[in-house]
Amino acid sequence: MADLKKQIIEQLNLQEVTPESIGNDEPLFKEGLGLDSIDALELIVLLQQHYNIRIANPEQGPEVFYSIRSMAEFIVAQQTAKA
Amino acid sequence: MNSAEAYITGSCIIRHHGIRLNGALLWEADRSMDLQEWLRAGYDRFSGQYPKFHKMDALSKLGWLAAEVLLKHAPVQALPPETVGMVLSNRSGSLDTDIRYYATVKDIASPALFVYTLPNIVMGEICIRHGFKGENIFFVSENFDAELMSSYPVQLLATTPLQACLCGWVEVMGDDYEVALFLLEKTPRGMARPVTAEALNELYSNNEIST
Repeated sequence: MADLKKQIIEQLNLQEVTPESIGNDEPLFKEGLGLDSIDALELIVLLQQHYNIRIANPEQGPEVFYSIRSMAEFIVAQQTAKA
Repeated sequence: MNSAEAYITGSCIIRHHGIRLNGALLWEADRSMDLQEWLRAGYDRFSGQYPKFHKMDALSKLGWLAAEVLLKHAPVQALPPETVGMVLSNRSGSLDTDIRYYATVKDIASPALFVYTLPNIVMGEICIRHGFKGENIFFVSENFDAELMSSYPVQLLATTPLQACLCGWVEVMGDDYEVALFLLEKTPRGMARPVTAEALNELYSNNEIST
């Protein structure tokens, strides 16, 4: 999850945020990190670029991108399914 | 149409890594910094606490920073949001960002860059920051057009509910950039002088930072 936090900070250009300041279960949107809809698209790009994972069903978005932990669990599940 | 019914109440000029407010040099930074470094230093010096700044393209950062400096002590934010408008212009439109975006298309197109592939986005960023909701328009012209920048905003101030209008020039292409942002108001205050093309040209030209 530490690597994922670093990747999110770099992808979203969150210059005033440190990995340590992002809680694993903190909501990424609205409260918490306060990300917006463009950030959501960048997170989709991040999954494609770093993990070769495509979000097939857009309705999964809110669940997958709820927190660092939910993203990490989604990545692990996708990688396990591919293996 | 030039008119004494509107007044220039402030100016902010950004050139050569320096910022002038109403003619006075506020800050000048090391010329060896690249533009993004300089913009970050300017943000840290004059603002901070606005993380969205870091996501903006260079054009939006320049206009946003100039507005931040120009409006810090201007009472326009006390005006109703619908009465503050904006008329900006530049030479290169959003080409600087268009080129950067095009480079990403070969791989995975960047949504964060795509949203800045219009020059008027800089006005949106300034409006979001200051809560302005008045009429706005962005022109593309070869050079700073003092005639246009005096006549169009004055017409808006005379014929619409606008009480104040930010106008001027926000240009960037690669490492070359220049901002000349003026605050025009219906009510005179401070260094107020009537809006004329000559007055805008004088402020634009006389605020040269040493090269």
